[in-house]
Amino acid sequence: MSARADILSNIRRSLGVTGEEAPRLTNVEQRISTAPRGLSVGRSQLPRQGQIDLFKQQAESALASLTELDSYEAVPAAVADYLRSNNLPAALRIGHDPRLDGLDWGSTAIDLLHGPSDGQDMAGLNHAFSGVAETGTLVMTASAENPTTINFLPDYALVVLHEKDITGDYESMWANLRQTYGKGTMPRVVNWVTGPSRSGDIEQVILLGAHGPRRLHILMIKEQD
Amino acid sequence: MTAHPTTSRFKDNAHEALGDDQLQKAMLNVRAGFIDKRAAVAAKLPEFEALRDSARDIKNHTLAHLDLYLERYEQKVIEAGGHVHWARTAEEARQIIIDLCQKSDAKIVTKGKSMISEEIALNAALSKAGITPVETDLGEYIIQLRDEAPSHIIAPAVHLNASQVESDFRRVHTHLDADRDLQEPVQLLTEARQVLRDRFLSADIGITGANFLVAETGSSIIVTNEGNGDLTQTLPKTHIVIASIEKLVPTLEDVSQILRVLARSATGQEMSVYTTFSTGPRRATDVDGPENYHVVLLDNGRSSMLGTDFQDMLRCIRCGACMNHCPVYHAVGGHAYGWVYPGPMGAVLTPTLLGVDKAGHLPNASTFCGRCESVCPVRIPLPKMMRHWREAEFSRHLTPATQRFGLAFWAFFAKRPALYKNLTPWLMSLMHLLGRDKGYLRALPLASGWTDSRDFPTPQGGTFQSLYRKQKSNGRAA
Ligand code: SF4
Repeated sequence: MSARADILSNIRRSLGVTGEEAPRLTNVEQRISTAPRGLSVGRSQLPRQGQIDLFKQQAESALASLTELDSYEAVPAAVADYLRSNNLPAALRIGHDPRLDGLDWGSTAIDLLHGPSDGQDMAGLNHAFSGVAETGTLVMTASAENPTTINFLPDYALVVLHEKDITGDYESMWANLRQTYGKGTMPRVVNWVTGPSRSGDIEQVILLGAHGPRRLHILMIKEQD
Repeated sequence: MTAHPTTSRFKDNAHEALGDDQLQKAMLNVRAGFIDKRAAVAAKLPEFEALRDSARDIKNHTLAHLDLYLERYEQKVIEAGGHVHWARTAEEARQIIIDLCQKSDAKIVTKGKSMISEEIALNAALSKAGITPVETDLGEYIIQLRDEAPSHIIAPAVHLNASQVESDFRRVHTHLDADRDLQEPVQLLTEARQVLRDRFLSADIGITGANFLVAETGSSIIVTNEGNGDLTQTLPKTHIVIASIEKLVPTLEDVSQILRVLARSATGQEMSVYTTFSTGPRRATDVDGPENYHVVLLDNGRSSMLGTDFQDMLRCIRCGACMNHCPVYHAVGGHAYGWVYPGPMGAVLTPTLLGVDKAGHLPNASTFCGRCESVCPVRIPLPKMMRHWREAEFSRHLTPATQRFGLAFWAFFAKRPALYKNLTPWLMSLMHLLGRDKGYLRALPLASGWTDSRDFPTPQGGTFQSLYRKQKSNGRAA
């Protein structure tokens, strides 16, 4: 018997089932098709502004930094400011997100490098799919627009997040993701990012900047009225 | 190393551990690093206890339908362009991975932290096949340099102090300036980051574990703080996931519930830095990510745990809270347990995986204080299961007669005045260590341990505590 058949039949023997029982099949079908939300967490069940404030507070307590911007057009200047204030070269790795690409970078001295990161970049910028208020978590989805390597290889990870893309909890974020990608279909990678990389492996003292970015900076675009 | 478990020598291992000053110093970090942080972060979430129930129920539901969820998961992985390989045993899993490596002519394999990889002793097998495994989690990297097994499931190098890490780095990183300053832990971290960055970029294959597998979407999930797992799986041409069958969860909602208790129980964080959901290989629209995506599903005895007294153990999400709160673990460290899974969860799991003949001592390495169960995010009744093992061990007559009466770890000595006298110093130091935390001695319910095994003949000589007191008043001890 193949390993697969063997393992499945051993599971069935241990559970005392055949795998054909209608109620079990229905249970599984229903669980997957309805994906019940489970217990909801009170802290994120807030009016809109409360969720936005909670996101900021939680992201900062996870040691991310955050700047609020009045418009998307303000991104290049904010990035230039950030690079300058951290004494970084005026160079930035980005993917091919038309929203980022379409900005007026020419008004800054920043050198744009397009495509996935090769591990030589000091700073990179991606556009987040969402932000989850309950833990200040950014949700990044892999694509040519926003390559995964830009989330992990540069020393300084910068992320643009639309205030309107902030949800209270993970479940609401999943609901939006299903709307965008279709039920049961995932982007190749969904990265939840909560603060910059860190390790506690030496004497259980938390140090920032393990293998991923040493700093995480969020540029949050305010909702237009 | 992991290929040669020393679990059967638990008592000797424990004895050595108690005399190891470096280890004893390092073990103090467990308490400082984990216990208070967990308590604080749990207190900040009013729903924490209810979420533990929810996590338990999700795992129970999944285990009761495991065959169906596995089939569903496999189908979704294939739809996403990935491959699923089934392995009955550690040997089969190793062979599948080595075949995959050889097919793509891999020389260097980077690895994210995976307890399953430790369980199947993958590194030794890779090395033997001429493939260089490079551990990339800082703690795993350090212990790989030392050729040691992890001593904790989420903090593999918790038994070490910074000065030991410094001397290992000086010994191995000989291409770097010999006069460099490595006094500060952050300098050690920076050095590891630099050394491993090259490895990430040059690896042919990346192997990671999985904290969860999602049946709904065919996704594998890794949870890390360093980002090493993501570099491991994103940069090479091929990503291999090695996961055991009980890692399944039905939906994204289900895993979100469990993630709310995982980081909080493990490191006392609200959420770990990186939680990554991977579904299949690079798509036509991608510019990075692996071109090949393989999942190796390992059984290794788990399917036989279903329907038994040990089924509940399959709920374990490997958070480490039980060992962080275990007085015996604090006192002897993880290596004394002799294999990859230490602490209370190891005391239950190791006999199942290695056999009760090799690991039958472990369930006795407990004071039955119940702290492990009180913090376990999926409410595994660990003390009860350790008792199951002791009963199983008893009925199988696998232990020396003197140990059958339960509480072997303690009673063994209490029953043998001569041996006891010789071993008193190490027992005393154990007691001393247990007593280092205020209230621990009080919390050591040796008495309840006795009561629980009352159906066994009572050993002569009274309880350990009464002997201890007698010894003390006779002035012979301490
Ligand atoms: S047994 Fe419970 S506390 Fe211990 S590692 Fe597993 S889930 Fe965590």
